[in-house]
Amino acid sequence: MLLIPCPFCGEREESEFHQGGEAHIERPKNPDKLSDAEWADYLFLRDNKKGLYLERWVHRHGCRRWFNVARDTATNEIKTVYKMGAKPPRGLTKGRAK
Amino acid sequence: MSQVNRLPDGGRIDRDQSLAFTFNGRRLTGYAGDTVASALLANGVRIVGRSFKYHRPRGIVGAGPEEPNALLQLETGGRALPNQQATRVELYDGLSADSVNCWPGPDFDLMSGIGLFHRLTPAGFYYKTFMWPASFWKYYEHVIRRAAGLGRAPTAPDPDHYDKMNAHCDVLVVGGGPAGLAAAAAAAASGARVILADDQPELGGRLLSERAEIDGGPAMDWAAAAEAAIAGTEDAIVLKRTTAFGYYDHNFVGLIEQRGAILPDGGDRSRQRIWRVRAKQVVLATGAIERPLIFADNDRPGVMLAGAVRSYVNRYGVAPGKRVAVFTNNDDAYRTALDLADAGVAVAVAAVVDVRHDPSGDLVTQAMARGIEIVDGAAVTGVQGSRGVRGIEVMGLNEAGDGVTGAARDIECDVICSSGGWNPAIHLHSHAGGKATFDAERGIFLPGETLQAATSAGAAAGTFDLAGCVDGGAEAGKAAAAQAGYKKSPRRKNPKIATEDEAPLRLIWTVPTTAPTGRRGKHFLDQAHDVTAADVQLAAREGYRSIEHAKRYTTLGMAPDQGKTGNIPGMAVLGQALGVDNVGDVGTTTFRPPFTPVTLGALAGRDVGPLMDPVRMTPIHHWHELAGCTWEDVGQWKRPWYYPKDGEDMHTAVSRECKAVRDAVGILDASTLGKIDIQGPDAAEFLNRVYTNAWTKLGNGRCRYGLMLGEDGMIMDDGVTTRLADDHFVMTTTTGNAASVLEWLEEWLQTEWPELKVFCTSVTEQWANATICGPRARDLLAECTDIALDAESFPFMSMQDATVAGIPARIFRISFTGELSYEINVPASCGLSLWTALINAGDKYGITPYGTETMHVLRAEKGYIIVGQETDGTTTPQDLGMDWIVSAKKDFIGRRSFAREDNQRDDRKQLVGLLTDDPSTVLPEGAQITETRLERPPPGSTVPMIGHVTSSYHSPNLGRSFALALVKRGRERIGENVYLPLDGGVARAEVTGPVFVDPEGSRIDG
Amino acid sequence: MVDPYLRQSPLAHLHLDARAANDADLVGAGLRLSERAHLGMINVRGVAADPAFAPAFKKATGVELPTAANTTAGKADGVHAIWLGPDEWLVITPPGREHALADKLRAATKALHAAVTVTGEARTVIRVAGANARDAIAKGCPLDLHPRVFGPGQCGQTILGRADMLIHQTALDRKSGAPSYDVFVLRSFAEYAWTWLEDAGREYGVQVVAAKG
Ligand SMILES: [Zn+2]
Repeated sequence: MLLIPCPFCGEREESEFHQGGEAHIERPKNPDKLSDAEWADYLFLRDNKKGLYLERWVHRHGCRRWFNVARDTATNEIKTVYKMGAKPPRGLTKGRAK
Repeated sequence: MSQVNRLPDGGRIDRDQSLAFTFNGRRLTGYAGDTVASALLANGVRIVGRSFKYHRPRGIVGAGPEEPNALLQLETGGRALPNQQATRVELYDGLSADSVNCWPGPDFDLMSGIGLFHRLTPAGFYYKTFMWPASFWKYYEHVIRRAAGLGRAPTAPDPDHYDKMNAHCDVLVVGGGPAGLAAAAAAAASGARVILADDQPELGGRLLSERAEIDGGPAMDWAAAAEAAIAGTEDAIVLKRTTAFGYYDHNFVGLIEQRGAILPDGGDRSRQRIWRVRAKQVVLATGAIERPLIFADNDRPGVMLAGAVRSYVNRYGVAPGKRVAVFTNNDDAYRTALDLADAGVAVAVAAVVDVRHDPSGDLVTQAMARGIEIVDGAAVTGVQGSRGVRGIEVMGLNEAGDGVTGAARDIECDVICSSGGWNPAIHLHSHAGGKATFDAERGIFLPGETLQAATSAGAAAGTFDLAGCVDGGAEAGKAAAAQAGYKKSPRRKNPKIATEDEAPLRLIWTVPTTAPTGRRGKHFLDQAHDVTAADVQLAAREGYRSIEHAKRYTTLGMAPDQGKTGNIPGMAVLGQALGVDNVGDVGTTTFRPPFTPVTLGALAGRDVGPLMDPVRMTPIHHWHELAGCTWEDVGQWKRPWYYPKDGEDMHTAVSRECKAVRDAVGILDASTLGKIDIQGPDAAEFLNRVYTNAWTKLGNGRCRYGLMLGEDGMIMDDGVTTRLADDHFVMTTTTGNAASVLEWLEEWLQTEWPELKVFCTSVTEQWANATICGPRARDLLAECTDIALDAESFPFMSMQDATVAGIPARIFRISFTGELSYEINVPASCGLSLWTALINAGDKYGITPYGTETMHVLRAEKGYIIVGQETDGTTTPQDLGMDWIVSAKKDFIGRRSFAREDNQRDDRKQLVGLLTDDPSTVLPEGAQITETRLERPPPGSTVPMIGHVTSSYHSPNLGRSFALALVKRGRERIGENVYLPLDGGVARAEVTGPVFVDPEGSRIDG
Repeated sequence: MVDPYLRQSPLAHLHLDARAANDADLVGAGLRLSERAHLGMINVRGVAADPAFAPAFKKATGVELPTAANTTAGKADGVHAIWLGPDEWLVITPPGREHALADKLRAATKALHAAVTVTGEARTVIRVAGANARDAIAKGCPLDLHPRVFGPGQCGQTILGRADMLIHQTALDRKSGAPSYDVFVLRSFAEYAWTWLEDAGREYGVQVVAAKG
């Protein structure tokens, strides 16, 4: 049972949240230019790394805001949380396992 | 026979409070303060059960959660609890307990014959014997279960209740022994919020079982003072009878509390409580668990752990035997000999057999001074007496510890106190990802690196002397409080504790005999699951290298006691068999929660009976109830399914309701529909993106049906959205998707399109919705409102504000049945008033309340889809023939996916209607469809399915059955026949269009 | 405003007034429950960072906009505002005053990016008070309600049992240390929440008290 620091409400129990998959997957600006394979990559394919993972969570039973979490999938340590639209903090770049 | 083994005085029991209980039907008595185990021993009960596989007689081994044998079935009926360790159950008056693993009783067990065939039941027995054919497993399992028979489930609902408590603290201390008490006292003194949890009814831990002294007085006086200091601190919580069963991520610890020694009287106190503790810091002062020496026939009743025997003598005033032998590899077990020697004339110490040569510690010297015989450099090589120890055979042990020397000597005794040293209880440390490091000198695993904000203290950290425990505990408590932000802690005085000098132990795992292991007597590692050293050696010979695999193969440590005594010796045996000297190199098994079994009742807590899941009620719920409706569960909502009149079955009631709507007027409670208020200058643009159709040009006060797709192009939800103002819409969603659609909208707004100026607010429950529907709906509404209702003033797909029956309302002229229909929305608190007003006014028009079943029939007659019924997450708008709603001029969520190859296939399933040859056949929903008549599957091939039935009803309006179905190339097949293999034969149906009633839409204006 | 005679609270069928009369002489109950029915509620969305927003809010409501997380402003028995999120608030009014206030809020925020939605019909409020109020709620709420971290005027959106809950601590009795909370639940969950609280309070003794105003 994780303790997740919602950037808006503070630390709350995991049961108040919902995980929303990998973060920083941007919707293609012009989907028609993409091949089926590229579109499928956007739609379905996500990293599943052991180690640092940047993911989205929503505080479903709280403030209902989405935010990003940098979590180590091996230890469940939450390195940091940051708001939607913000870049991952320095040193926590996407997909680089420790 | 009454309490023959009770010592004349001593112990922490209350001899003035006699408690009666039954064991396997025998009436016995014990005292308040006893466990069932101590009371059984006091009464001279030696055999408490039969072993799992061989059905050998077994006795009590331990005095706590390490007990492998004494598993009891407690109470009967609804309060039955299987597999309770007698060592952990406090005695109460009227308790009834039975052995779990024997029939008809432990003294005479019909299954014990299996022991004669023990060569047939080696490691992996189940896997080897019951492997083939796999389809027979269900029978095998039945037989195995009966033979094994661990406990019986309750036969009636539990009369007690259970609850949970969320708790937060700065410092959680697990264990109320010397280290835990010192830790909690230090943390509490610094001002931190402290929770101290201990599994016993009294704090003190090991001190309860020892004759230790602190500051020149009984150590328990020190414990009492520490407890008082903790309890006197503001905000401290001291939990007794509370076991920490699991340690989870981010310092989340599960505790289970027995709320009192006795069963609740059916009153307001819960029987057990689960504490969900979130701690900033955790101090694990969980103590240590003694491990036995693994010698031949070490499972005979009377073979016990040395520390446990000390508990029985000192804490419970019970001597488990008359003549006791001690078998040890360390000094600590000499305390048992000394305590027994001081316990009075009732008990004698036969001898101490020590595997070490010339043992020399302080305790050994004291034992010698007491005239206790010490047989050094020796091993117990056999046990006499199969139903209870009558004596031991002792031989010399060679230098390597793997063979015996000299002549055998028999020593008469009725109890053997076995000690192979103490293992720190690192279970909780391990639960939460903590590593273990191996101390080869002492042969123990110590808590290593942890992922949590936790420290271990006292015996749990490998500190076994009392002074070290108190000191280490206090330091850990102080440090934990400081870490949690409480840096100021008062000076503390170290208590004076005398420490005996103890010599190192000699590591001996399997004690040799004159024959190879397993040939002469059985060396039990795991008595609960009957796993022997020979089993583990066999596993090694069969190629098992990893302890994790060997454990599962042999079932070592997988019984209710989870191998608390046997796991480490088992790893050592595997190591030896593999030629690995250092047990630490064999690996560590990961401990997983729960530390001790947790009842399902406690895990369920308050979520039982009417509170199992919330029942969501509309504002009109109680009217429906009084009207005698039957209910349909839609998510957590209760919705009226149909309203049977006297004697009506479902078919008759639904037929009557369907006719009433098409012929007169019906009324439906549609309050559960999701409603989302969407405001902002970009609201129309936002709808353009989330719906397949265009919204910019929708006029104010106008309604439009919308289809929402996932980005994969599949239908996700549908509903009607109305424009209230240029920048203001109200969207409706399906009942089941109300919450998820709002979350979906918020997700896009917050994560992808933050530039859009739009706010969404759920108003699902702000409005009650009474929908009146049918040719007389206008007449009825006219009785209740002043606004003009003719089709020109109030056209289809528009909305008007009005007052209905004195209530401010939003009326939507939309229809899910094809009939003239008004969805009247009023403030939720007025829902019932509106409903009763309409019912009263509608009387003369034959108003008929109808439920979801009639709604489904009527909409299906019109070919209107239900998301989740005609769709299943793989259905596109095109599949349903709804291309008309898909805009080609704008982008929207899911559009790009239409071009994907799979969505372009020309053999996709399409929505069509089905009419069976026999008009009375109502096809089962989900029935599969084939192209040709197939009485049975073609040999060697699967049945070529071309689709399935999605909705199927009897229609009183059509006078026959009809169905909707998704069929490959369905639209091409209209006019053709398809086949449906059903239970009673094959049905033939004609493929039709999906609209059965009023395809030209002439009824919509009434 | 609707004729109150036409309105019904979601707990009306429990006849709480009659139970309150029965319980009037009860002493020593650790948990006191009442329904605060028909309170006016307005959901307000807006851009907190817009310097014009907070003054507009204050002008319409007379209450300071609570911008700190988990806080409220105003009088718990009068008009007050509850923080729900970084751009969302709930304004509570005495019964019947919500539409007039919502109109004022709309007028005041007309030029801003804001949304004002009356939502009081969607919820009811259960007042949970007494020496064991915190214990009873803690049985189903993962939020830390200890006075060191949660006190009068604080609020949180969280969970009670299996329902969503907005909790607002309205008072703390100085003498007894007993807290008082307003528990907001969706109307459809009202009976569940009430039954749940009564069940959780069994061991402390439950008194139903008449709603005040
Ligand atoms: Zn939040």
